[in-house]
Amino acid sequence: MIACHEAVNRLWEYLDDTVDLDQRVLVEEHLARCRTCCGELEFAKELRRLLAHRSPDDLPEDVVGRLDRTIEELGT
Amino acid sequence: MALRVRADDSAETTPVDRDEAFRTLARAQLPRLVSIARRLVGDDAEDMVQECLLKGFQRFTQLRDIAAGPGWLTSILVNCCRDLVRATSRHPLEIDYDDLEQFSLFKHIAYEDPYPYSDSLHLDFLGEFAADDVRAVVRRLSLTYRIPLVLVYMEGFLAREVAEMLDVPLGTVLSRLHRGRKLFEKQMWEYAEEAGLLLRKDGP
Repeated sequence: MIACHEAVNRLWEYLDDTVDLDQRVLVEEHLARCRTCCGELEFAKELRRLLAHRSPDDLPEDVVGRLDRTIEELGT
Repeated sequence: MALRVRADDSAETTPVDRDEAFRTLARAQLPRLVSIARRLVGDDAEDMVQECLLKGFQRFTQLRDIAAGPGWLTSILVNCCRDLVRATSRHPLEIDYDDLEQFSLFKHIAYEDPYPYSDSLHLDFLGEFAADDVRAVVRRLSLTYRIPLVLVYMEGFLAREVAEMLDVPLGTVLSRLHRGRKLFEKQMWEYAEEAGLLLRKDGP
């Protein structure tokens, strides 16, 4: 079985599905037997949710409005 | 402002058609472009999107397949942001990569135990981060790592799409994503300490 730090270092790639099949199997074998690394996996999922979360101030209305006008004026 | 696309018109496509096709593409992509720019360069986002729109309009005849338009516009925006940061940044963060490879935010939170009265320590830690805080942490990373992290984990692009946008091999993007998320985790902790996010939970 791979060591905890090896499993942890591959967790995001595992969630991204960018690990090859051999590595996926190794990570899954590890997770099946290691409660701490399952905690790491759940934390990684939460952290990714936090990164992907959108808030209204991602798109300030005044900025979008001014850029909309820029688009309309292109070529005129 | 008088901007015109290049004059190599085909019989079927008039400059007016092409101008309108660009405007349609730009309008559809505007929310995503603003969001990416805010995450990459913060307060300079509006200027960068403006520059991207002007460059995109000027170069629109170079786009062969309109279906590739979203990635193409994003690529122009990312390059505008890179040029800006190159021109203004002098002191990139120094990184100890061996130390970084060993770092686990999950374990670090458990070890430091910032909220001793909590029974959901890790979620409480993440719950202290507002959207502004997350953006501030991401902007602490150098653009080398910030760009793939933002495009893949915040904007939903695939790693291979980012590789095409940046014109680098897929392996390079994967390696930057790996290192970028390690740096992000480390900066999450440092930011939490500096911004006082670890002090808000009171005991019973």
